[in-house]
Amino acid sequence: MRRASLADFGLPVELVEPHAPVVLFDKVCLAFDDKVILRNVTFDVRAGHTKIFLGASGAGKSTILKLMLGLLRPDSGTIWVLGHRVDTMNEEQLMGVRHHMGMVFQEGALFDSFTVGENVGYKLYEETRQPLDEVRRRVEEVLGFVGLGEHIDKMPSELSGGQRRRVAIARAMAAKPGLLLYDEPTTGLDPMTSLTIDAEIIKLRDLENVTSVLVTHQLRDAFYVATHAASRQPNGGIDIAPAGDDKLQQADFVMLRDAEIAFEGSAEDLRSSRDPYLREFLS
Amino acid sequence: MNGSLGSTVVEKVKSGLLEVQEYVRLSGDTARGAVSRPFYAHDLIEQLEVIGLGSLTVVLLTGFFTGAVLALQSGMTLDQFGARPYVGRLISASMIKELGPVLTALMLAGRVGSGIAAELGSMVVTEQVSALRALGTDPVRKLVVPRVLAGFIMCPILTVVANAVGLLGGWIMAVSQLRVASSVYWQSVVDGLYIEDIWMGLIKPFFLGFIIVTIGCHVGLRTRGGTQGVGRATTNAVVAASVTVLVVDFFVTRLLLTLLF
Repeated sequence: MRRASLADFGLPVELVEPHAPVVLFDKVCLAFDDKVILRNVTFDVRAGHTKIFLGASGAGKSTILKLMLGLLRPDSGTIWVLGHRVDTMNEEQLMGVRHHMGMVFQEGALFDSFTVGENVGYKLYEETRQPLDEVRRRVEEVLGFVGLGEHIDKMPSELSGGQRRRVAIARAMAAKPGLLLYDEPTTGLDPMTSLTIDAEIIKLRDLENVTSVLVTHQLRDAFYVATHAASRQPNGGIDIAPAGDDKLQQADFVMLRDAEIAFEGSAEDLRSSRDPYLREFLS
Repeated sequence: MNGSLGSTVVEKVKSGLLEVQEYVRLSGDTARGAVSRPFYAHDLIEQLEVIGLGSLTVVLLTGFFTGAVLALQSGMTLDQFGARPYVGRLISASMIKELGPVLTALMLAGRVGSGIAAELGSMVVTEQVSALRALGTDPVRKLVVPRVLAGFIMCPILTVVANAVGLLGGWIMAVSQLRVASSVYWQSVVDGLYIEDIWMGLIKPFFLGFIIVTIGCHVGLRTRGGTQGVGRATTNAVVAASVTVLVVDFFVTRLLLTLLF
């Protein structure tokens, strides 16, 4: 049944408790046939924090996001997301949890037969009974947030790669999720466009208070997101500047290697690590 | 050597059974999705147009020329027995009981089944289906249910259209080439039909429409491997749907003959 608003899906209890874990992986294992993807992976993501997953291609980074969303199921271990144990839920129950999450896919995964506006407002148009003019206002608001307000009636094929990723971010944030997952959001983009995507991630985290999980192998983007903060200026503008100590503590890096977590810590810990693999990865 | 052959056969059988299991599961989920909420009515209307109106031209052409060629061919054969006036009877019996439903279904398998497999396959490989799930939408309810219902509804309607134009094509040939009087032709058409035949011609397309679209959706949603995979899925959908149409037609005909006659 369609709900009057997304709140009718039920607010996960942990969202109202500050700094409670929004995501919790406990000894999660997953293998595809003989290939082990994840082995005893344990970590948590606190409300309002950023978790950044690094690792070589095929290390299982994107798999972690799919496990969080319930698109995949682990072979063993438990996964809690927004106060719900998602690894045992059926598809219908997962839909309720997913309404409080957003995901930005690697290539955007925009619906190519819909306009930009229809893509961004998809969840509100299709899954709620919100008045159309209200949805339209929200779509214009989020498209303005990512600087694409004038492209609302265009088709995704008319946009550049960077614009498509920003539309994907706008779509993921339109329903005001508490948790946003980014799967390689800057891969294949030029450095300048990547910076605009990074800025959107920072703005969402700091101004909309969205917990973020970022999967990437772009070190520059990972460190930029971890070490910068966004603030609203008195004139209404948004400033992105190097983060203070408090903010730096809210960004954690996780390095995956050989199906296991090889490192977990802050940007500073990662930079100062003497582990040969990490040194080589960072070089 | 024998061991490796044996394991290959076992793998093939297992993979075939898995496909059947997944197909049955999708059909079950579709049936559940059709009778419970949320229901995406505007998608159903869109698919009725795509499958119904979009297939009208090909069905009209197929039906018309099948009726016409049937009249020409059977006219020659019937001449040998001095039975040319019965050409209408032969056309109505063939078209309405068998050729109308089967040829319409085969045309839909080529046009609709392939289109659905390609569309859903592209959505899978570009992660649009995963995006749907991430946005809280069940892809079966959003993508499969409207298409299956549209196929289920439109296949019988298109079959009736094909039958009608088939009889029309037969009439034109009968009158213009075989010199059969118009009234004789139409009387013969009516004489050749029993109510059971009409039931058979109307019931079969429901099964065939369901089969074509569910196979297209099943193959499309199981697409793997980028654009090559989409191409493979499209071919597989057409081949599987066409063969299954003929097989299901046989069994449904057998069943209906037992039940109706």
